[in-house]
Amino acid sequence: MTNNPWLSQVATVESVTQEIDSVATYQLRLDDPRAAQRYRFQPGQFNMLYLPSCGEAAISHSGPPSHDGNRFLHTIRFVGRVTDSIAKLQAGDQIGVRGPFGSAWPMRQCVGQDVVIVTGGLGLAPLRPAIYHLLQGRVDYRRVILLYGARSPGLLLYRREMESWQQSGLEVHLTVDRADIDWDGAVGIVPLLLDRLEGLRPDQTQVLTCGPEVMMHYAALAAVRLGVPKSAIWLSVERNMQCAFGMCGHCQLGPVFVCRDGPVFRYDQVHQLLKVRDL
Amino acid sequence: MPAKDPTRCHVNATELPVIDHSPTPAQWFLPRQSLQTLLDQLQRLGYEVVGPRIDQAAIVYDQIESVDELPAGWTDLQSPGQYRLQPRADDALFGYVVGPHSWKKYLFPPLVNLMRSTKTTDGWQMQDEPQEPRRYALLGVRACELAAIAIQDRVFLSERYTDPLYQQRRHALLIIAVNCTQAASTCFCTSMQSGPRCTSGFDLALTELPTGFVVEIGSPGGQAVADDLPLRPATEQERESSSLARKTAFDQITRQLDTTNIRDKLMTRLEHPRWADVASRCLSCANCTLVCPTCFCHSVDDVTDLTSDEVIRQRHWDSCFNMDFSYANGGAVRDNVRSRYRQWLTHKLASWIDQFGSSGCVGCGRCITWCPVGIDLTEEVAAICSEPST
Repeated sequence: MTNNPWLSQVATVESVTQEIDSVATYQLRLDDPRAAQRYRFQPGQFNMLYLPSCGEAAISHSGPPSHDGNRFLHTIRFVGRVTDSIAKLQAGDQIGVRGPFGSAWPMRQCVGQDVVIVTGGLGLAPLRPAIYHLLQGRVDYRRVILLYGARSPGLLLYRREMESWQQSGLEVHLTVDRADIDWDGAVGIVPLLLDRLEGLRPDQTQVLTCGPEVMMHYAALAAVRLGVPKSAIWLSVERNMQCAFGMCGHCQLGPVFVCRDGPVFRYDQVHQLLKVRDL
Repeated sequence: MPAKDPTRCHVNATELPVIDHSPTPAQWFLPRQSLQTLLDQLQRLGYEVVGPRIDQAAIVYDQIESVDELPAGWTDLQSPGQYRLQPRADDALFGYVVGPHSWKKYLFPPLVNLMRSTKTTDGWQMQDEPQEPRRYALLGVRACELAAIAIQDRVFLSERYTDPLYQQRRHALLIIAVNCTQAASTCFCTSMQSGPRCTSGFDLALTELPTGFVVEIGSPGGQAVADDLPLRPATEQERESSSLARKTAFDQITRQLDTTNIRDKLMTRLEHPRWADVASRCLSCANCTLVCPTCFCHSVDDVTDLTSDEVIRQRHWDSCFNMDFSYANGGAVRDNVRSRYRQWLTHKLASWIDQFGSSGCVGCGRCITWCPVGIDLTEEVAAICSEPST
């Protein structure tokens, strides 16, 4: 029976890249060659990663959405029962995979537009596939800007890639809450970077944001202040997810199932819901 | 479909209705002593028959083989937080309404194995957990319960994802409905347009009379079962009696829930003070979600042997009233009773409409009866909606 949406497929960890403290990126490949060949995902989508006797965790794709899905990347922070166990995996170990699930970043709407990516902490990971996609077809977009913040310089993700991204046409603006002795960049919260952006054409801009809900809230407010329509702001919402296809009920946010209707939402579709405490 | 050409006759000779000059009654009569024949026949056809029987002083749904196991001569008295069985003056077999069980436990079982991981020398093998096909015949399904099954169909058999176990059991299902001939004080199916009359979604529908059952046939499957029953056309008097019996149920329903614009009314009152008020009474015990015939929320856990080499992934009923239900990022999104009660009520009556195109409530009243502190959702909705939006 292949129509069981709960059935995981076995994948093998091909490599582990330590990123920052308690965060690593796993390159995975489905063991079944035919399934590996067929595997595709869109930037913004996620997989359910499973370790037997431990459980499942919803983890966003963080690698390039290549046409050959044979290999894919997940950047994972070790914060719970499942991810703490994933932390113990090494190259050659196996893991269960279900997916991909969920909605995607609006790559088509970005064509011909300025694209501003606003993100904090680990929120850059679900946006990295979008960055790869934008830079790969760089001529299709106007300005592509990354506004990225972390608590401290040591917690900025993917710093080793930033230079090559800049060379490929990405404007990068970084900020930290607490600077260290070597930091000569901005200090302060991410939405402030948005306030300081110059030369943006707000009516021809798409804003993609992912990070703590409070950060996305202020990023969206800043974008709206700049004149960006609510319908051109996109955010990725996180909730408890178990089935990943809108059946178990855990991830509900008012009328939406975050796993199935999201995780990527248009701001105007969810901003009223996100305002309600404990919804 | 191609547009009809008025110049051509589209009626195929084989499709012409057969004109039968003998009266063809849509209603039949099954003598009471022949109900066992129906049970025997269902068993012969390979069905597991489940129906009402008494267990622990309540009428529950369980496997039955004999008519003698039905709660003959018993009825239920229900009110908020109260359920009592008491003897009837007659020996009616279906003279009560709905109890703590619903049929969802057969289509969406409380505990199911979803997949199995086995550690071998070649690594993990992850496989479907084979499900034994089940053919259930449900006896005594009420109108509100037919509506509940239709609602769960939309949850588990959506266009994008289907639950294989639900699908197998649902497609093999035979439904013998029973029209209510009385109502409890907690019933409000008339408000939810789900009863008390069984109008569709059944294979056979019975209305109980002292001498037997007026039978309606609702599907080819029901017809096939009926063909082998000792049925005779119902007399005019039997039809009238059955109609009167059904009207009694209708007349006894007093509880109401105003569904006019209910989705918007509730979703614009998410900060209404009544939520805190009901939270001060609600125990967050999850009884309402367990007895609800449409609540579908569930969780998945791993069960493993001592060596952890054989791991089963198990699905079990869960409830939005449990604290862990919304756990994400190191804490529960809904960490207080107010937000959990609000989630349950607004999901059931409002956001369900966005998600599945209908209300999630069928007006069966179980959540009112089985609430240990007698919270009545119709009362809460009235209090929340009577005031201007907040």
